Amino acid sequence: MIGLLDAIIQGILLGGLYALFATGLSLMFGVMRLVNLAHGDLIVLAAFVILAVTEKLGVDPFAAVLLAAPILFAIGFGLQHVLLNRTLGRDLLPPLLVTFGLSIIVQNGLLQMFSADSRRLRSGAIETASVSLGGDIAVGVVPLLTLVSAIAVIVALNFIFYRTSIGRAFRATSDDLDVAQLMGIDVNRTFAMAMGIAFVVIAIAALYLGLRANFDPTIGPARLLYAFEAVIIGGLGSFWGTLAGGIILGLAQTIGARIDPEWQILSGHLAFLLVLVIRPRGLFPRAID
Amino acid sequence: MPLLSTHDLTAFYGDFQALYGIDLSFDAGETIAIIGANGAGKSTFLKAIAGLIPSRPDSVLLDGHPIGAKRAAEIVKLGIALVPEGRRLFPSLTVEENLLIGGHGRKLPGPWTLDRVYGLFPILKERRASAAPILSGGQQQMAAIGRALMSNPRILLCDEISLGLAPIVIADIYAALPQIKAEGTSVVLVEQDIVQAMKAADRVYCFQEGRVSLEGRPGELSRDQIHRAYFG
Repeated sequence: MIGLLDAIIQGILLGGLYALFATGLSLMFGVMRLVNLAHGDLIVLAAFVILAVTEKLGVDPFAAVLLAAPILFAIGFGLQHVLLNRTLGRDLLPPLLVTFGLSIIVQNGLLQMFSADSRRLRSGAIETASVSLGGDIAVGVVPLLTLVSAIAVIVALNFIFYRTSIGRAFRATSDDLDVAQLMGIDVNRTFAMAMGIAFVVIAIAALYLGLRANFDPTIGPARLLYAFEAVIIGGLGSFWGTLAGGIILGLAQTIGARIDPEWQILSGHLAFLLVLVIRPRGLFPRAID
Repeated sequence: MPLLSTHDLTAFYGDFQALYGIDLSFDAGETIAIIGANGAGKSTFLKAIAGLIPSRPDSVLLDGHPIGAKRAAEIVKLGIALVPEGRRLFPSLTVEENLLIGGHGRKLPGPWTLDRVYGLFPILKERRASAAPILSGGQQQMAAIGRALMSNPRILLCDEISLGLAPIVIADIYAALPQIKAEGTSVVLVEQDIVQAMKAADRVYCFQEGRVSLEGRPGELSRDQIHRAYFG
């Protein structure tokens, strides 16, 4: 019984990490209908940027992410403005091809610069610290922070989307591109802003990816898959849905692993397929679309 | 000098030519109506002025300055706002957010504020927190006009604002026009409803197959002239 309860708690916490992976993807799809196949690799890229900042400046990863966030915002803004905006249009194929190419470029670029060695972000005692919940259950501080950060990111994004004028522009542009331009919205700049914000979310996801496990330049595509599954389970267009999707995925993997360690990844995918069969549009789809 | 003029304005959808050299002009404060059958190029003409369809730089002049090559997001900042056909409110925004986003690119000082728009269409104030899609057709049309006014336009382009509405609702919406014109705004009405258009406009243009087939003051045009200009 304690074992199951423990699995549920650890699963929810793991779900926080998957939600962080997925939130950036959900934002990009929500605003510009962009399916970003390089998303996982961009998270890994951000983890290496944070690693480089910690090594060069000798600061803690949590401080490094604060320094890296503006850099990544600028990279995201520029990437959208210079490259990805040109791929968006009636045809769905160009953005898929370009982000697929980007994924290969990022992976190989990272291999070239950082080698294939497994790396990790180091943050001293906090990595192994844990909080006892009574009984035999304890939760790690880093997994707990991951979930708290995921919730904080979603609260912040909902604030931006529903309480600010740039958020209004995001939603309007997503609704109707032509009419948004009639309102004086510079669509290219609006998309670039959205990508900049998505890259800040990517930086936060990368921090916890690097603190919780080893990473190397090749692990991006698997993170992309989890992120996709979390977005689809939650339903397109809802950030809270994405969090729920991440948690369902985390729960399925953790419980599956308790039954048999070989089942961890498989049970996540099975949960995803199950949701698709029962609710093809996800659990919390936006009312319109 | 006219406020806005077009000179040999052409427009294409891919290989299909929709406008064959339109010459048209109007002054500040003037209301003109563009009538014509389906497919005559009326909506295309408005889209070309609003910048949704690219055209030659000097084929559209505002105060004598070429604006034909500018994009829609720049044109609205120069004071030309379009109320698109079919209202096209943003479905995931509330009524008030739809109005606020109309003021997004606002560069010109002017009379229109949220309160003034609510004064013009009081029902919108009651429904300010509703999602746009649950409004009635007439209320949606009012919101679409209010949204365009929020940019403080010098020229308001209205594409088929009576389409699909009951006569009594159409009368309500047309009753707002004098207040809009009182601010010195020029209004361009594209209408299928000829009677309505003739009543509201200072001058009328009739389009036929992408060309101007008739132009004049409503009182001076005979039914027969209009009939011929309409159907060829």
